[in-house]
Amino acid sequence: MADTAAPEIPAGPRRRGSPMAPSRGFVWTRRVVLTLLTLFTSAPIYVMLSSSLKPLQEVQAAFTWIPAHLTARPYADMWTTVPLAHYFINSLIVSAASTALSVVIALLAAYAVSRYRFPGRQVFRITVLSTQMFPGILFLLPLFLIYVNIGTATGVQLSGSRLGLIITFLTFTLPFSIWMLVGYLDSIPRELDEAAKVDGNGPLGALIRVIIPVAVPGIITVAVYSFMTAWGEVLFASVMTSDATRTLAVGLRNYASENDVYWNQIMAASLVVSVPVVAAFLLLQRHLVAGLTAGSVK
Amino acid sequence: MAAVTEIADATAVKPPRARRPLSARLRAGALPYLLLLPAVLFELLVHIVPMLVGIFISFKQLTEFFIRDWGAAPYAGLTNYRFALDFHSAVGQQLLSSFWVTCSFSVLTVAVSWLIGLAAALLTQERFRGRGVLRTYFLVPYALPAFAAAITWEFMFQRDTGLVNRLLVDDLHLYHSAPFWLIGHNSFIALVVTAVWRNWPFAFLVVTAGLQNIPGELYEAAAIDGAGEWRRIRSITMPALRPVNQVLLLVLFLWNFNDFNTPFVLFGDVPPPQANLLSLQIYDTSFQNWNFGSGSAMSVLLMLFLLVVTGGYLLLTDRRRKDLG
Repeated sequence: MADTAAPEIPAGPRRRGSPMAPSRGFVWTRRVVLTLLTLFTSAPIYVMLSSSLKPLQEVQAAFTWIPAHLTARPYADMWTTVPLAHYFINSLIVSAASTALSVVIALLAAYAVSRYRFPGRQVFRITVLSTQMFPGILFLLPLFLIYVNIGTATGVQLSGSRLGLIITFLTFTLPFSIWMLVGYLDSIPRELDEAAKVDGNGPLGALIRVIIPVAVPGIITVAVYSFMTAWGEVLFASVMTSDATRTLAVGLRNYASENDVYWNQIMAASLVVSVPVVAAFLLLQRHLVAGLTAGSVK
Repeated sequence: MAAVTEIADATAVKPPRARRPLSARLRAGALPYLLLLPAVLFELLVHIVPMLVGIFISFKQLTEFFIRDWGAAPYAGLTNYRFALDFHSAVGQQLLSSFWVTCSFSVLTVAVSWLIGLAAALLTQERFRGRGVLRTYFLVPYALPAFAAAITWEFMFQRDTGLVNRLLVDDLHLYHSAPFWLIGHNSFIALVVTAVWRNWPFAFLVVTAGLQNIPGELYEAAAIDGAGEWRRIRSITMPALRPVNQVLLLVLFLWNFNDFNTPFVLFGDVPPPQANLLSLQIYDTSFQNWNFGSGSAMSVLLMLFLLVVTGGYLLLTDRRRKDLG
């Protein structure tokens, strides 16, 4: 893996005895602490990986550090024990759609807040940010009732459907996405907008042709955040989905809380559903750190 | 509100840039509102209106009989609130104990996660071999979906088949007989460990980003003056990180106080009382006991508490920052 996004602190040449050279005490503290943290971080990852390769008898007995028998059976069996492929597709549709919509909507709103001064601007910013603070449980029930009533009034089924879940998740990620993108757009010089206007672009043309290409790291940050949120959400997904629209998070959680759990298959499934998200996050984390820094500076 | 009128005045005073037809000027004025419109609509539908409905329901006697037609549920006045806050009754006692569990869980999880994240960020600030790999690797727990992490910890905490008892009982001999982790008093520890595992990488990420804004010359100047690492951390890094820490600690606190995913996945539908967080308690009241009125009253109380805590925290930390600056 390449070095991280961190621009290195210019510290000059490192020679033994130079004032910036780390002391032995510091180096040893670093070794010990970072080793312990690596072990802590690794334990669940190792359990997931090793248990997913054990036969059922082995995960039902006392835990073994090294699998006595290696098998790939859990990876084949997990698709039939629970309707995993079905959950997977549901999660993929819901997460991808809510991410795409959330990014577009947040970008439009952030552009307005960053580039225009208008009455209500401050109220909008504060309201949006403060919704972040409210407990999800407060919205859950009223939102459920509203969806049920919209369904009976208009025939548009929002409760139990993917559409309702998409709308819910996209809104959950809006406050953070808008806040992040406003910070990001603020750091892009206004001269770019002016230049685009001289070239004959309207405000939307400027946004699409000039601002978006420059704001790609910020947009990626927001997209990763939105996708992760939708992929992992359990509370709303457990109330608002039916058997047909069940997402991975709810499906696996329900299965894991049953009495007779095939832990090897559950670990295999957890690993498989995590790999795409973790890989995307780690590949894009360079932008994420840059985005976080830009968002928090202003 | 004052800020809004200020901005409005500022735009009003500005002379019109060029003589353009009225319709064009109107369109230009409406543009920011058009751009905001989708965001406002979704915020209204999913956040604002449900919040108002939630407050409304908290004054109603809403049970499963009124789900389809919840407007028709009878008014309850403050009954739901009295019911929730009557600490002599079973419900009130449960809510109160759940409140203390949630407070200690949040404070403990935030403190430990922040300390670990801060230490890791400070220790990886300077270049050494393997730093890049380690920095990326430490982010894995945060990138992992919350449910996958909690399911894995649930497996690790199993009494007879989990890694935790294997390590503590069989390998280190710290216990004579294998303890239960997911029921009884230990469940609180299991919850905190799982939450810390997921939270500290976020603290690490944010502090690492914050460290990049501290100019390197400061460290060099201090080093030339003879300050060692610990001294430099205390005198330069910590003061410079104060604004980052202020937001980070608040965000971590709110996340954990409202957390539902971790205990819901870890313990299933019936959490042990020692790990029964408020979100679970309210979920239980609303969806297991079908008492939506008192569930909503509890949510409103929770929200009011968080408002007060957040307001107080921001006032206090802002004043301290001003005093020091």
